[in-house]
Amino acid sequence: MVNERFDAIVVGAGPSGTAAATTMARAGLKVLLLEKGEFPGAKNVMGGILYRHATEEFVPGFWKEAPLERPITDKRMWLLTGDSAITAGFKTRRYFDEPNSFTVLRAKFDRWFAQKAVEAGATLITETVVGDFLYEDDRIVGVKVEREDGEVRADVVVLAEGANALLSRKAGLRGDIPPEHVAVAVKELISLPKEKIEDRFNLEEGQGAAIEMVGESTRGIFGTAFVYTNKESISIGLGVILSHLIERKFAPYDLLDAFKQHPMVKPLIAGGETKEYMAHLIPEGGYKAMPKLYRDGLLLVGDAAMFVNSLRGEGSNLATISGKLAGETVIEAKKRGDFSAGTLSLYRRKLEESFVLKDLKQYRNVAEFFEENPHFFNLYPELAGQAAYEFFKVDGVPKREKQRKIMEMIKGKRSLLSIGGDLFRAWRVLG
Amino acid sequence: MHAVVFVKQVPDSTEVRIDPRTNTLMREGVPSIINPYDAHAVEEAVRLKERFGGKVTVISMGPPQAREVLKRSISFGADVGVLVTDRAFGGSDTLATSYILSQALRKVAEQEPVDIVLAGKQAIDGDTAQVGPGIATRMGWPQLTYVMNIISVDPDKREIVVERKLEGGKEIVKARLPVLLTVEKGINELRYATFPNLLRAARYEVTMWGKDQLAVDPGKIGLKGSPTTVGRIFPPPPREGGEKLPGGDDNPDQVAALLADLLIKRNLIADR
Ligand SMILES: Cc1cc2nc3c(=O)[nH]c(=O)nc-3n(C[C@H](O)[C@H](O)[C@H](O)COP(=O)(O)OP(=O)(O)OC[C@H]3O[C@@H](n4cnc5c(N)ncnc54)[C@H](O)[C@@H]3O)c2cc1C
Repeated sequence: MVNERFDAIVVGAGPSGTAAATTMARAGLKVLLLEKGEFPGAKNVMGGILYRHATEEFVPGFWKEAPLERPITDKRMWLLTGDSAITAGFKTRRYFDEPNSFTVLRAKFDRWFAQKAVEAGATLITETVVGDFLYEDDRIVGVKVEREDGEVRADVVVLAEGANALLSRKAGLRGDIPPEHVAVAVKELISLPKEKIEDRFNLEEGQGAAIEMVGESTRGIFGTAFVYTNKESISIGLGVILSHLIERKFAPYDLLDAFKQHPMVKPLIAGGETKEYMAHLIPEGGYKAMPKLYRDGLLLVGDAAMFVNSLRGEGSNLATISGKLAGETVIEAKKRGDFSAGTLSLYRRKLEESFVLKDLKQYRNVAEFFEENPHFFNLYPELAGQAAYEFFKVDGVPKREKQRKIMEMIKGKRSLLSIGGDLFRAWRVLG
Repeated sequence: MHAVVFVKQVPDSTEVRIDPRTNTLMREGVPSIINPYDAHAVEEAVRLKERFGGKVTVISMGPPQAREVLKRSISFGADVGVLVTDRAFGGSDTLATSYILSQALRKVAEQEPVDIVLAGKQAIDGDTAQVGPGIATRMGWPQLTYVMNIISVDPDKREIVVERKLEGGKEIVKARLPVLLTVEKGINELRYATFPNLLRAARYEVTMWGKDQLAVDPGKIGLKGSPTTVGRIFPPPPREGGEKLPGGDDNPDQVAALLADLLIKRNLIADR
C-alpha cells in the first residue's frame, strides 16, 4: 500500500492515456500514469496513420520534433481482384507543406508522447500491470498493481487500457466482446531503402503514401488491407472481422502471406526484409456496441471505449481526443470535489459535442450493413475488375457491343435492381 | 552498514546487431540497460541492508542518460544514486575510470563511512574486470573478486567471509572491512521491484558530480590519464566444425571404439 494519494490514476500510456494524463497534469493535478510495457509503446500496434489534428491539440507543430515517419501526401484506394486492381486516389503537395497525417511507428511515437505527460508533471511508471481496482462501497478509489505493496489510491481512475479491455470488463462497464465486433489485425514491418520506397511509390523525397485496399486483399471477406510507407520500411497488414475468420477457418497470418504474394502487391515489397510481425485487436462494433463510459470514480477512453471509426481508418485520433475530454472532465470534477457518476457524465456530453461521437453516430450502421452485404468485398470488386478489363481492352469490337457485353456479364451475377439497391443503401449508411 | 555499489550502463547485448556491410556493431537504437552483474551487486547490497540495517549508495560514471541505471537501482531498493559525469571524463580507460570512481568513493565515505563496496565481476561491453579491483587498490582495501556467496558478515569484528569462484573450484576467504567485492550472477536472484520503490525511483533526482565536485588531478582523467590504446577490434574467428565419425546409426559399437582409439591417441583419455 502506498501512502501517497493521487488526484488521478491513468491506466495505459497509449495515445488516450497519455492525452488524459497530460491534460490533467497541465492543470496542476497530481497524476500517476501506469503502463505495463517496458516503455510506452513497446508493444503497441497500429497501421499506422497518425492524424495531425489530435496530437496538435497537445503540441502545436509537433511534427517538427516528434519521431514520425513520413507525411502522407498520396492517399490511394485499391479495389483488388485476383490479378488486377482498380485504383483511385488523391495526391497533393499541400499535405506536404501543411501536413494532414503521418505514418508512425508506435514504439517511437508513444514513448515521445508519454514524455509530454512527464514534462507536465505526471509520474510515469512502466513495467507495471494494473490487475484490479480498489473499491469503497460501489466507488472505485484506486488500483491494485501486480507488484509487492501495489495498492494506490486516487479520486478517479481513467482507464486507457486499449482493445483487450480486461479491466473494463472487471469494472462491469462491458461484457465480453462478441466476435462480430472485433477485428483481428496483423501487420509486418518490411525494411527497404529509402530510395527504393520513393521510386516504387513515386514519391518526392520524404513524402509518404498510404494505400487502403478491399476485395481479394482479404480473400473477399469483410475487412481491409493496407500498405503504408515509412522512412525506411513498409507497413503492410490487414484487419478482418473475427467472426468471419472463424467461419471461413482462415488464420490471419495466412491471409497476410497471400496478400503479400498478390501480383499487385508483391512488387511493392520485393527485396525487403521482414523486421517485425505484430498482431492486435481492433474494436469495430461502433456506436451501437459502445460500453458504458463511466461509473463512480472511473472513466473509459480510447479503444477500451470502442472509439474506432473503422471505415475511415481512424482510432488514434479518437483515442487522443477522448483522453483529453476525460481529462477536462476530471479537472471539472476536482473543482466540484465530486467524482460520482453524476459529475462524470459531463464526459459523455463533451464526447457528444465533439467529432468522436458525432462521427461514430453517423457511421453507426456501417458494421451491420457490410455484415449483411458481403458483396462489397467479393462480388463487386470482381465485377468492377471484369468490367474495367473489357472497357480498356482495345480489340476491334465495336464499343456499343462491348458495353452490352459488360452489362450482360454484370446482370448474370446480380440484378441491376439489387445492385442499385445496394449502392443506394451504402450511400444512406455512409451519409 | 553502509554499502556502496558501482554500476555501469551498457548496451543490451541481446539487441546489438552486426552491420552486415561493415561488420561493425550497430549501437544505434540499441536500448541501454544496467550491466547484468551490477544488478546482482545492487541486490546483494539491498539484502545486506535488510539484514543489518544501514544504507545503500549507488555510483555510476557515464553520460547524463546513465541516470537511468541509478533510477533502476533505486527501484531495486537503493537509497542514494550518484552519477559521476563530466565531458572531461570522456575517453577514460580502466585506469582513469578507477581513479575517478575511487575519488567519488572517498567523497561518499567522507560523508558517511563505508563498510563494503560491491560491483559486478565485469561489464558485458568491455569485459575487462579491472575497474572494481582498481578502485580497491587505490583505496588500499582488500578485494574479493568473483564472489558467489557471502557466508557471513560480522560488523562488530569487522570481518567478512565469502565464497569465491575459481577456475574449476571455489575458495572460502575471510577479509577485513572495509572490503570490495565483485560478484557473480549466481550470488542471488533478482527480485521484482516493489511498487513504492518504483514510485520513488520514477521521481528520484540523481545527484550529479563533475570534475569540480571531485578532487581529481586533471592529468589522471580522460584521454590524458589513459595509457591504454586499443589496437584493433575484431570478432573472434568462427569456430571450425569438429570432426565427424559417420556410421553411428548402423554400427554404434564400431564407431564408439573408433572414437575411443582417437581420444587415446590424442592423450585425451587414458587406455586402461
Ligand atoms: C493493425 C492496426 C492498424 C491501425 N491503424 C490505425 C491507423 O492507421 N490510424 C489510426 O488512427 N488508428 C489505427 N489503429 C487503431 C489505433 O491503434 C487505436 O485506436 C489506438 O491505439 C487506441 O489508443 P488507446 O490509447 O486507447 O489504446 P492502446 O494504444 O492500445 O494503448 C493501451 C495501453 O495500455 C497498456 N495497458 C493495457 N492494459 C494495461 C494494464 N492492465 N496495466 C497497465 N497498462 C496496460 C498497454 O500496454 C498500452 O500501452 C490501428 C490498429 C491496429 C491494430
